Amino acid sequence: MTVRDTITSEMNAVAAQQNKRLAALTDELILLECGLDSLCFAILVARLEDAFGYDPFSAEEEVTFPVTFGDFVAFYANAAP
Amino acid sequence: MQTPRPKTPRLAERVAQSSASGRWLWDGLEEAQLGAALTETRLDAPLETLLGRSVLLRTHGQLAAALALLELDGVARRIVLCPPDLDEGDLPAVMTDADIDAVVGTAPCGSAPTATQVSLGPPRHGAGRPNEALNTEWVMFTSGTTGRPKMVAHTLEGLTGAISVPTSGPWPIWGTFYDIRRYGGLQMLLRALIAGGSMILSRQGESASAFLGRLGERGVTHLAATPSHWRQALMSPALDAVAPIYLRLSGEIADQAVLDALKARFPGTPIGHAYASTEAGVGFEVTDGLEGFPVALTEREDGPVRLRVVDGSLQLCSSRAATRYVRKDGGGPAGPDGFVDTGDMVERRGARYHFVGRRDGVINVGGLKVHPEEVEAVINRQPGVRMSRVLARKSPITGAVVSADILAEPGADRRALEAAVLEACRRDLSAHKAPAVVRFVEDLAVTNGGKLERR
Repeated sequence: MTVRDTITSEMNAVAAQQNKRLAALTDELILLECGLDSLCFAILVARLEDAFGYDPFSAEEEVTFPVTFGDFVAFYANAAP
Repeated sequence: MQTPRPKTPRLAERVAQSSASGRWLWDGLEEAQLGAALTETRLDAPLETLLGRSVLLRTHGQLAAALALLELDGVARRIVLCPPDLDEGDLPAVMTDADIDAVVGTAPCGSAPTATQVSLGPPRHGAGRPNEALNTEWVMFTSGTTGRPKMVAHTLEGLTGAISVPTSGPWPIWGTFYDIRRYGGLQMLLRALIAGGSMILSRQGESASAFLGRLGERGVTHLAATPSHWRQALMSPALDAVAPIYLRLSGEIADQAVLDALKARFPGTPIGHAYASTEAGVGFEVTDGLEGFPVALTEREDGPVRLRVVDGSLQLCSSRAATRYVRKDGGGPAGPDGFVDTGDMVERRGARYHFVGRRDGVINVGGLKVHPEEVEAVINRQPGVRMSRVLARKSPITGAVVSADILAEPGADRRALEAAVLEACRRDLSAHKAPAVVRFVEDLAVTNGGKLERR
């Protein structure tokens, strides 16, 4: 599975579990408008860390928070060790 | 001027009374074990040299500690009872705070027991006079899981306040996973010593299965352990070896799952779960097989222990509470009105209070509080789960999220179990309390005190 596939599948799983309606995941989609709340994002980030084995948010250098879904995918893809 | 307290009979005298009435005490001891313990407690100085001293008691085994306590009560001014896992590095501070001027002990844990060495410094409070029994101060350590353990002082009277002496037998044979050098285990020891009966002690490094086997051989009738110990015992085939007539849980929250599992495993056997803490003393026992305790207990004005709930925390007022903390700045666990704030948080549901966790163990998920224990209670209810541990996991989004380690029963379908656990948590708990991630583990560590390791 690609990084994008994994993220998409985990986002769908979290949304289903938390009874949230997830917007169509396009690159331009603003994350804050995707339908997930901060608790959902916290869960998502923890699960992605388990799935990928790394957490780009805990990187040494200053982290620029992703704004769109496209940013989010790139954020994980670029952080791959 | 302080009024002198009435003298409490020495522990040894109370034990002699109980033995004289036909209750046997040492019969069950294996000779080899007794021999080793006697070697260990053979003082290299006469007992009189310990009169009026503040004694640090540090033994290799439990039996040696028990024998030494019998000798020292009424002789020493203070006994500081060291648990087996006391950090070597904490000793200097302990000795200063407790004004120690005599050490009774064997080689540090791990090496073979030898004859007990008595090390004496100059007496700090003048030597005691022979035949003058002292109301010895008993000092033990809290089982706190973080930071340096606190030293807490008790009187023998307070320690034995909850023990009633039955008038007829058969006398119980106690078995416990607790160490008698901690509050819970010491309660069991004192019960066996004073109220008649016998007690089977675990040995250094003995596995739970081996101990259960020995408990069975020795015909244990009364078995006490923490819920974590019980959950482990329930997984051990060696549990078949025992046929107790009374089961007791204390030291941690007894949730409905473990109470039900024990009821199913030992049908018809009375099961009690007790509330006690090193600081507040023995509180109460619940025997109706349900988790938590009746609200009515907090409404009683009489009796030796009064209970109340303040800001969700259980508070106890009791003559069995510790008298003081042993440290430089003094003070005691009780507030000005005599109540000890236990920090054990409860939640009222109908006519019952349920324990939800420790005040200091709260996980903060984006500003919302979660008690690990309340989540564990829901997880443990799921068929196929034997035990669980809920922890905080750092989150860049909410500061922390809830993470759960699950010890499944052998052969459980983990995928299905994970789905069932998450569904139950989302159904029974607020969204922020449900675990964000679930991990299956092969083992969950339990501390020497029998509590789930939370670090």
